[in-house]
Amino acid sequence: MSAQLSDALLSATDIRRREGFLGQVRRFRRDPLGVLGLALVTVIVLAAVFADVISPYAPAAIDVKIRLAAPSLDHLLGTDQLGRDVFTRVLYGGRIALEVASLCISVSLGIGLALGMLAGYGPRWLDNGVILVCDAVRSFPTIMFALAVVTLVGPSLETIELIIIIATIPGYARIVRTQTLSLKTNEFILAERARGAGGIPVLAIHVMPKVIGPLLILGSMDVPVVVTIEAGLSFLGLGVRPPTPSWGSILNDGYAFIRNTPWLVIAGGVPLILTTLGFTFLGEALRDIIDPKLRKV
Amino acid sequence: MWIYTTRRLGLAIVIVSVAMAMLFFMIYLVPGDPASIALGPRATPEMKLALRAKMGLDQPVPIQFFNFYVNVLQGDLGVDVWSNRSVTVIVMESLPYTLMLTMVGLGWAILLGVPMGCYSAIRRNTWLDKISGVLSVSAIAVPSFIVALYCLLIFAVYLKVLPAIGAGEQGDYWDQFTHLILPSFAIGLGWVGYLARLVRASMLEVMGENYIRTARAYGLSERTIIYRYALKLAILPTVALLGVGVGNLLSGAVFAEIVFARPGIGKLVYDAVITRNYPVVMGAVLVTTVLFVLCTLLADILAAWLDPRVRATL
Repeated sequence: MSAQLSDALLSATDIRRREGFLGQVRRFRRDPLGVLGLALVTVIVLAAVFADVISPYAPAAIDVKIRLAAPSLDHLLGTDQLGRDVFTRVLYGGRIALEVASLCISVSLGIGLALGMLAGYGPRWLDNGVILVCDAVRSFPTIMFALAVVTLVGPSLETIELIIIIATIPGYARIVRTQTLSLKTNEFILAERARGAGGIPVLAIHVMPKVIGPLLILGSMDVPVVVTIEAGLSFLGLGVRPPTPSWGSILNDGYAFIRNTPWLVIAGGVPLILTTLGFTFLGEALRDIIDPKLRKV
Repeated sequence: MWIYTTRRLGLAIVIVSVAMAMLFFMIYLVPGDPASIALGPRATPEMKLALRAKMGLDQPVPIQFFNFYVNVLQGDLGVDVWSNRSVTVIVMESLPYTLMLTMVGLGWAILLGVPMGCYSAIRRNTWLDKISGVLSVSAIAVPSFIVALYCLLIFAVYLKVLPAIGAGEQGDYWDQFTHLILPSFAIGLGWVGYLARLVRASMLEVMGENYIRTARAYGLSERTIIYRYALKLAILPTVALLGVGVGNLLSGAVFAEIVFARPGIGKLVYDAVITRNYPVVMGAVLVTTVLFVLCTLLADILAAWLDPRVRATL
């Protein structure tokens, strides 16, 4: 990207900033999908946070007398093959999903930010090296890479987190690198360097604030991806260990008993679908308002 | 064009080599060694030593590293820990099933996604366009294994219209086809949405071009303009993405194969993970990675051949 063009884009962002927070809120309210997304996300987060208040049952409490029961007023989503209350397990499963998502995305945003700025601002060989490693990591189909790591390390919550962090860093690093590269040739950065400012202060004071906004939006749009990887591995029985509830392990139970009852598959799948839809709608609405040039398709 | 192809090919080779190095060194980054991992906690030291010698793990690391590359280049991916068969043979036996599934999945995406995107672009901002927009985002967002599970639940368990398990009788093409419908739809649905959005965006761009206005001024029918002139150009950006698409479909295929108990790479790897059959996992990961890189390479070269502007980007 030429320096002039990126200047123009940056000043366009500045104009947008001047529109003010209230103006952005007003535009957000006119986007029905965005509002729906926000509502879904709010409900899901609240349900996960207040899981122990909402449900009278413990997520691992077994009651074999009522195995695979259909939904009733006592058990809103029925019970599983061990007689555990599925609604409770869905609520607690949301905790796991959101914990994994927030932890992994923040760690990987942090590492991606540092790597990307180093690659974009640092010497050419470092840039090439970082990009090559990023491309190599991205050349593994995610789930295949995950299965390889699980074979080596063994399944656990930490393994999932490690896999997700490694798999998501390259995307962030590449975006930050591109933006850093285009900022690097800007006059205000050149002026700072001529003044004798070192690399780290320039990156921390001038580059980081400009790249962090779009990065946060991308991060929030990755929540569905991360939740899907966690649920997917737990569904394969290679993720969260029982008896910890996860949407994926509920689906795994549901798959095993799919000919006995449809409720387990429905109960594990619907929250997962609502979560991915909610975060996608919300993320797209926020992106269109705050930083439309991130829009790729 | 030749310069572009050569450079792009070189890049692909470098990426695969780095990916191979990562796979190799992953073994050394984790505690324990592949022999203990494969044999489990109850193995005697003698058993471990024997397996280590069989897998070549008793040699110095640089020599193992060198041997790993040489072996892979010769098509030798090692030996299955349990059955002693060649991993290359095992992987190549499963590969056709997965390729078939992926291709049919991609077929769904093109068959439904392209007309959907094209239609939305022509009827821009009508309620049909808006519905199709919401549907595409939803199709992209919903995880493919959920689609697979719900397809299984609805069509195989309740309606009983389509088979739930396996890949069908050998030689019975109709049977094999009916076994393909659900799993391929499950993995292709996300790409239906993706292609629809992509084609819509690029179609809108093309419809604003001068030569389309000229075609209108000549009095060509709207149908001719759309299908003979606009769509032809609007389809170009999708070609470059098909390579990435195959990679995503491969990931989806792992789940579809497990849910529908189909033979294929995904099922193979899953069973190997459960039995800690490390060489099979690594071999399959390597083969799918090479396949993925190869698909992006082909897609990029095809895109560059169709659109000279792409060639300047590398």
